[in-house]
Amino acid sequence: MSVDWSWIGDHTDDLTSLTFSHLQAAMTAVFFGLLISLPLAVVAHRVRPLRGFLLGLSNVLFTIPSIAIFVLLLPISGLTRTTTVIGLTVYTLVVLLRNTVEGLDSVPAKTKEAAKAMGTRPLRTLLTVELPLALPVIMAGVRIATVMSISLVSVATYIGDGGLGQLFTDGFQRDFPTPVIVGVVLTLLLAVVADAALVGLQYVLTPWKRRRA
Amino acid sequence: MYELFKNLAKWLTSGSQWAGTDGIAHRLAEHLQYSLLATLIAAVIGLPLGLLIGHTGKGAFLAINLASFGRALPTVGLVVLVFLASGLSMWPVYIALVALAVPSIVTNTYAGMTAVDPDVKDAARGQGMRGHQVLFQVELPLALPLIMTGLRLALIQVVSTATVAAYVSFGGLGRFVFDGLAQRDLVQVLGGAVLVAVVAIVLDLGLSALQRFLFRHRTAALR
Repeated sequence: MSVDWSWIGDHTDDLTSLTFSHLQAAMTAVFFGLLISLPLAVVAHRVRPLRGFLLGLSNVLFTIPSIAIFVLLLPISGLTRTTTVIGLTVYTLVVLLRNTVEGLDSVPAKTKEAAKAMGTRPLRTLLTVELPLALPVIMAGVRIATVMSISLVSVATYIGDGGLGQLFTDGFQRDFPTPVIVGVVLTLLLAVVADAALVGLQYVLTPWKRRRA
Repeated sequence: MYELFKNLAKWLTSGSQWAGTDGIAHRLAEHLQYSLLATLIAAVIGLPLGLLIGHTGKGAFLAINLASFGRALPTVGLVVLVFLASGLSMWPVYIALVALAVPSIVTNTYAGMTAVDPDVKDAARGQGMRGHQVLFQVELPLALPLIMTGLRLALIQVVSTATVAAYVSFGGLGRFVFDGLAQRDLVQVLGGAVLVAVVAIVLDLGLSALQRFLFRHRTAALR
């Protein structure tokens, strides 16, 4: 099995657009995942009885195979990017929800009491004290969810989307390994680059971690 | 929508659909065979590796990076690639499934081993236990819950990925999904997807029940 380098040269435009489409699907999913899991995590953190229920529910959703989620969404959203993004979002929830709840749990009770004693209102405490302090744990979840989504986008190739995943079906149908190898390598590269970018983002977002050092 | 669910229920419950070599019962057995055997092979490879890394503390870098590599590896690409390389045999299915399951097993085993209190290990050594005795009689039992978590995670991933194996012309429940997609038969596609999801959830619940049963004394002692 050898790589046909001229095929890569002839298809750089396609590869670039597939890579961007791939990244866009994964990032949209993580964005919506955060949008859903942040309020749910605050609820799970403050209302103890709901905590087990919400975390359990996200665990069960995670058990459903990705291809099954995409397929089960077909009657609702059809062969579209929406199906891909909804499916991936469901997958990010388990990691994002768990990490956000754990992050909020990790904020010392004394810090919250100090905020209260200074007359800070609960919403303000959440936004300016709890969430920033929980950020490292939340970001760890975002990193895992991003890498996982990037890997999962390719499964959507079976419902006609899938970014770089299209290279896998293409290579399989033509019995031609080059696109498959290129697809695997680009997916791994994309995951590494996105992960590094998120580490950089976290560095920028938590300046207080640097001052101490 | 209502019509669809009615047909789906009919598809799932009709006797003729369950019989024969392309019936549900046979495909279910194939799916379970791929999943359980692959997870078993992965456990045989991953458990000793994770225990060794955890016990000696060497190769921790490998264990941590293996986790993110495993997460980033696109399953579909892996299955197709191994298929193109090895042709029509059972190899691609098992290689791809094992490659996916090993990282979660190694990293969770390693995580379980590092979570063991160092004082407990010191105490075991202080009592004159040898390296292998510390490993098997102290570290391993204490690390078991996290090791089980790793096995459960691996099994879910494998059940899910065994579906993809049907794409490269193998059996299992994925057959219904891909044949249905090719024949534009939505009922069959949905039926396959529902069955895979049920298998994954039932196996996970089963393992978690087994885990609770195995550690019932421990939780009692903690209370």
